[in-house]
Amino acid sequence: MSHLIRVSGLHKSYGPLHVLKGIDMTVEPGEVVCVIGPSGSGKSTLLNCLNFLEPYGPGEVWIDGVLVGYEKKPDGSMVKVADHKLNATRTAIGIVFQQFNLFPHLSVTENIIEAPVRVRKIPAQQARDKARELLAKVGLADKASAYPSQLSGGQQQRVAIARALAMEPKVMLFDEVTSALDPELVGEVLGVMKGLARDGMTMFVVTHEMAFAREVADRVVFMADGEIVEQGPPSEIFGNPRSERLRNFLGRFRG
Amino acid sequence: MDFQWDIFVEAIPALLGGAWLTIQLTIISVAIGLMLGLIVALGRVSANPVTSKLAAAYTTAMRGIPLLVTLMFLYYGLPSAGLQLSAFTVAVIALAVTNAAYVAEIIRAGIQSIDRGQMRAARSLGMSYGLAMRRIILPQVVRRVLPPITNESITLLKNTALVSTIALSELLRSGLEVMTWKANTFSPFAGVALIYLMMTLPMIWFVSRLEKRYAIP
Repeated sequence: MSHLIRVSGLHKSYGPLHVLKGIDMTVEPGEVVCVIGPSGSGKSTLLNCLNFLEPYGPGEVWIDGVLVGYEKKPDGSMVKVADHKLNATRTAIGIVFQQFNLFPHLSVTENIIEAPVRVRKIPAQQARDKARELLAKVGLADKASAYPSQLSGGQQQRVAIARALAMEPKVMLFDEVTSALDPELVGEVLGVMKGLARDGMTMFVVTHEMAFAREVADRVVFMADGEIVEQGPPSEIFGNPRSERLRNFLGRFRG
Repeated sequence: MDFQWDIFVEAIPALLGGAWLTIQLTIISVAIGLMLGLIVALGRVSANPVTSKLAAAYTTAMRGIPLLVTLMFLYYGLPSAGLQLSAFTVAVIALAVTNAAYVAEIIRAGIQSIDRGQMRAARSLGMSYGLAMRRIILPQVVRRVLPPITNESITLLKNTALVSTIALSELLRSGLEVMTWKANTFSPFAGVALIYLMMTLPMIWFVSRLEKRYAIP
């Protein structure tokens, strides 16, 4: 079985602060994995390590058979990979951020076609056609020529999803994508994500939306203090939590 | 007061000749200063500690040395080391390298004012650092730094007056020449001041237009 994501013995420190303490996990093609856990548990850091936005070490991250960020020398040592190789790896990994991070000086369409045209060298017209398709998919066909500042948070986040999809990634990473949204805008973004999951996209979703995780995830991973404490199907995690820490965490959501 | 209308009018052609040199000095020095300033700013924000420190040293030094001293050094000091440059070349170099230091600081601050998420998003889409800088970061920086850069350019234009000390007949020196020639002080300098103002006003107007044009809707 070839894993789409394979993380083994992953550590990450910020100076003396040990954020990830040996993470082992895999994600299979087509799987939707939701990562839950208290703030500071390292779940966003884990996500950022997956495409080397945060350099990690020691440990290994493999995406679709490619070691991310490093090259293994014959003697087993790891050296940082050349920038252009890392860029190529990153095109296979879409990320949607908590703060949307749309490019404010570019229109919605320009946001979406920028990387396909400049990085993947797709003809502009073809990229535009694809952008129109993606905008329809996220329900924003009428916003093609709008600028990010003219959109609501929920609309911006849906554009950000379309922008990531335009690179035709093998896996999509979602980093607390609804946390910066007004409550009434959360639903439209989660709706788009549900559609993606139905279409068979491999998704790695860091989230505080328990209802979403329960409904959409194939597997839920619970992290605390830089470790994976428990993982399993949502029915197990939410219905029959084994660890004390998970019970406490879920208890806070039931309020 | 010795203002005389006829001397004022008679001085105009000579002053305009000087103003033309001032304009040439300004355009060339601003152009070189912008390019050099951008390079220094990119060096300053680079992850490489050597280029970053070199760039920091440059901006600190060039902002700490008076322009007049740089001019004197290049014009009178360098020939003793065997390097004789024309007054015009010296003027352009001194104005440009000084301007570049201020421009670099403005652009650096501009780059650092752009949300870190912009670079992260660009890199996550597979863009290289250079491509992300050129396509995503710098276009946003341009909009933010346009007003302070124009102010720096206006300062440079006014600083060209210092070049009068190395025998270049730019606007101020043309005024001084008229003063000697006509034995009248008030009239030529009234003209000099007026022409400087006429040159700076369009720049101020120009930037307000650019700001409107590049405004992010």
